[in-house]
Amino acid sequence: MHDKQVRRRRAVLGLLVGASLILLTAYFGESPTSPLHAVQRGIVAVLAPIQQGASTVLAPVRNAAGWVSDTLNAKSQLARMRSQNARLYRELAQYQGAAIQNRQLSQLIRLDRTNNIANYNPVAADVIGKDSSLWYQQIEVDRGSADGVRLGDPVIGEQGLVGKVSTVVGGVSFVTLLTDPSFAVGAEVLSGASTYAGVLVPQAGNPSSLLLTGLNPQAQISQGQEVVTSGFMDASNPAVRSLYPPGIPIGTVSNQNTQDSLANNQQVQVQPFVDLGSLSVVQILTRPTPTTQRAQVGAG
Amino acid sequence: MMAVASSATAAVNPRSGTQLPLRLIVRISVIAFMAVVIQESAISQVSIFGVNADITPLVVMSVGLLCGSMAGAITGFAVGLLVDLSLVQTLGVTSLLYIVIGYWSGRLLELRDPAHGLVPVALGAAATAVSGGGMALIQFLLGVDAPVSLLLVQQILLTVLVNTLIALPVYELVRRVLQRALPRDPRRRVRRAYTTGVLSPLHRPSERLGGTRRTSR
Repeated sequence: MHDKQVRRRRAVLGLLVGASLILLTAYFGESPTSPLHAVQRGIVAVLAPIQQGASTVLAPVRNAAGWVSDTLNAKSQLARMRSQNARLYRELAQYQGAAIQNRQLSQLIRLDRTNNIANYNPVAADVIGKDSSLWYQQIEVDRGSADGVRLGDPVIGEQGLVGKVSTVVGGVSFVTLLTDPSFAVGAEVLSGASTYAGVLVPQAGNPSSLLLTGLNPQAQISQGQEVVTSGFMDASNPAVRSLYPPGIPIGTVSNQNTQDSLANNQQVQVQPFVDLGSLSVVQILTRPTPTTQRAQVGAG
Repeated sequence: MMAVASSATAAVNPRSGTQLPLRLIVRISVIAFMAVVIQESAISQVSIFGVNADITPLVVMSVGLLCGSMAGAITGFAVGLLVDLSLVQTLGVTSLLYIVIGYWSGRLLELRDPAHGLVPVALGAAATAVSGGGMALIQFLLGVDAPVSLLLVQQILLTVLVNTLIALPVYELVRRVLQRALPRDPRRRVRRAYTTGVLSPLHRPSERLGGTRRTSR
């Protein structure tokens, strides 16, 4: 009797482990259009309404827990915020003068980067789910292919770039955050009158920091300078363009002058503007329109 | 006929060799599904100490600790698969880890029958550590480009800490839901017989005697 139980238990365990390994191997070797992925997308489509409902029902609980968590963090943030506030007041005075000048110049060269966002047909979406593991930096939002969302569409938050759409199902999409290991985007550092272009990638193993690589070794970059998407468009073929509009804020340089030992290029650490842990609403830039324009800014 | 109906609606409980009641299977299924939905919709969006709590390994651990190794392993597989499916992750990774958690939680019940009230806390911490560390190991084996950094270790440890804090409430919740469907109340500890291995059948005289009733000659 006991031996029979042991044999049965071992058989079930072996069966489950075997099934997991077969799934893992099959899934890992398949392309995104394979049957296993299609089944997965189908199940996501079935589960999506349930998750949307649960997200709505549990919103008060989530908000209450978030409030408690925020309150605990508030004390430690107070001193930092005060000094930041003082600095921002000083900068505000400078920026107000610069803004007037910038508006006039923008009208002259017909550059309105803020309008670029509107040209990309933004679709507002609520965050209805989030992956809590360190390995899959992604969120689930309540807009999908039915709303014009497509694979690769850039996603922005209130303060800047959030990521890109990596999976689209009828009414929901998954957004790979810019801290995911698979993410990369062309970006540039705004350094006074010059800009220095590079490729922004996540800093592996550190989900709260990014790395701007491939910078000119001679680039004069200092801490606190803003990093934005660079975007590009082939002047001879306007269809060849970056999915990301230029000028979307990403973050600030938090650590400079680290040397890429392999490529002999400069790389800097970037602190993202967006708090990826507390996103509730995002905008998906569904499609660049032909009116989208890109200023030709020379990299420094 | 009744035997066929019984096998169609129940599974074998490895602990006692008896059939798991259908209502227990239904309750475990509901718990597993709700745990995944609540985890993704609410808990994963609340940051505590900079990390998110994860109730799914705790639920698997609780089911294993209450229902035995086979039920724990099957629940682990199902919960892991549901997590991987609903979050569009690599299928099989989470299942593999949760099978380990569910199985060994169940084996602890079968071999030691722990009675201390803080066992779920220790086991919750261990389950989360296995989940976090195992996920890191599998991701490295699959070739994800991420070095072993201090921050990664710190994040795993903080997640273990947060999950340890909520392990007892989660276990109690699962126990309350499963309590009436369980073959016996898990709070009533079975008195350990004199044995070094599995629980002796001495506490089940009918089994020791091969299921025959003793009769006086």
